[in-house]
Amino acid sequence: MNVITNYFRSLLLWELFVGLKLTGRYFFATKITVQYPEEKTPQSFRFRGLHALRRYANGEERCIACKLCEAVCPALAITIDSAPRDDGTRRTTRYDIDLFKCIYCGFCEEACPVDAIVETRLFEYHFESREGTVMTKDKLLAMGDRYEKQIAADRTHDAAYR
Amino acid sequence: MLEMLQTVWSGIPEILQIVLKIVVIVVPIMLSVAYLTLAERKVIGYIQVRIGPNRVGPLGLLQPIADGLKLVLKEIIIPTNANRFLFLLGPIVALAPVLAAWAVIPFDSNLVLANVDAGLLYILAMTSLGVYGIIIAGWASNSKYAFLGALRSAAQVVSYEIAMGFALVGVLIAAGSLNLREIVLAQQGSVMHWFWLPLLPLFLVYFISGVAETNRAPFDVAEGESEIVAGFHVEYSGIAFALFFLAEYAAMILVSVLTSVMFLGGWLSPFEGIPFLADAFAWVPGIVWLLGKTAVFLFMFLWFRATFPRYRYDQIMRLGWKIFIPITIVWLLVVGAAVLAEIGPWFD
Repeated sequence: MNVITNYFRSLLLWELFVGLKLTGRYFFATKITVQYPEEKTPQSFRFRGLHALRRYANGEERCIACKLCEAVCPALAITIDSAPRDDGTRRTTRYDIDLFKCIYCGFCEEACPVDAIVETRLFEYHFESREGTVMTKDKLLAMGDRYEKQIAADRTHDAAYR
Repeated sequence: MLEMLQTVWSGIPEILQIVLKIVVIVVPIMLSVAYLTLAERKVIGYIQVRIGPNRVGPLGLLQPIADGLKLVLKEIIIPTNANRFLFLLGPIVALAPVLAAWAVIPFDSNLVLANVDAGLLYILAMTSLGVYGIIIAGWASNSKYAFLGALRSAAQVVSYEIAMGFALVGVLIAAGSLNLREIVLAQQGSVMHWFWLPLLPLFLVYFISGVAETNRAPFDVAEGESEIVAGFHVEYSGIAFALFFLAEYAAMILVSVLTSVMFLGGWLSPFEGIPFLADAFAWVPGIVWLLGKTAVFLFMFLWFRATFPRYRYDQIMRLGWKIFIPITIVWLLVVGAAVLAEIGPWFD
């Protein structure tokens, strides 16, 4: 009996019509395309994009050159040189992140005892020269100054979960 | 006005008249082919819950133009060990018969370029010729993948040609004529008089064989991206590749038109024989109905492509030889008996 029903099912293209019905239904379904430059998907406050170095409210840079980020970095993307400053505190003289090596894992951010190195939400950027692929200390601090408001808001949001 | 046009027309040298007639048919076909590619991308996009191309021009309407321009500007690469002459002949042989077949398509009761008595035979010949383009291209490319693609498509087209031919024999018996115009006129009456009903199995077999003949999904083993890269046209680029593309889509349109003409009453109105609607729609020119029916079949082509995975090679052969051919033969006997018994309203 089963053999006979199966025979007629395949002869009458039953399964093909079932398939057509399914795709036919999706033809009228609401489309999920996000038209990128005009529309954007919502972003998490934990989004890990381009890096930044933060400052305290009084303008003093947070980084104390402990090199924990350099040690934890799995891709060896961070290079730090440090020296004592005139006031006797230890500061970085060089803080480079090679963006070609960086895998945006966020470990540097987690390792940092003073919340100095962070990853911002910025992900739309490009390089126009070989040198541009390395984030220097100046560029990182500039990023931090520019997006401080957003960075601070995201940290407060996340504080409860830390 | 009309008389003036007629005198102007007869004043044109005959060779120019012929060229003009060709242009009037070929240009709209080429435009439809261009926009069929856009329609395909849109329809498949919609079925995959995307919105498809919409960046070039309003609603993406200039997309086919951009695609065409890109292909025209690309370099034609001829492989070193390829047979130059045949390599370039392939795309032409693929496209030309598909366009030539349009000569006998009746667009309206009096609107046909060549009202040939053996129109059906001519159509059968022309649609079968297209595969030579593929075989020549596959052989001349001097490439393993292209050669495999050509072999596959040759075997496939030969198998489905038979079923297709038998389906057409059914139409021929039912209509009592090989002339496409006569075939449409034999379907006059109402939707129920169209041949899709008395020849239902042949109708399905013909359309599915048509899909197989045009090497469209789910019968696109000749291309088989996942197995043999792109089959017969791996080595082609630029305008030569574009010709294959045009040929494939023009063949789709041709098969759709032929199915409408032979099984869905061509230019006949679907409201024929219904008391009030028939009069209400009497003003609509027949060509509109023909194009509408064609569009339905073209949509089916795109819908199939978005739905079905590719058939395995042995499944294709099984379907062609062990299912379609027996079905068509049995139904030919049924139709023959019905014609002998003069079963109305179709065969009287």
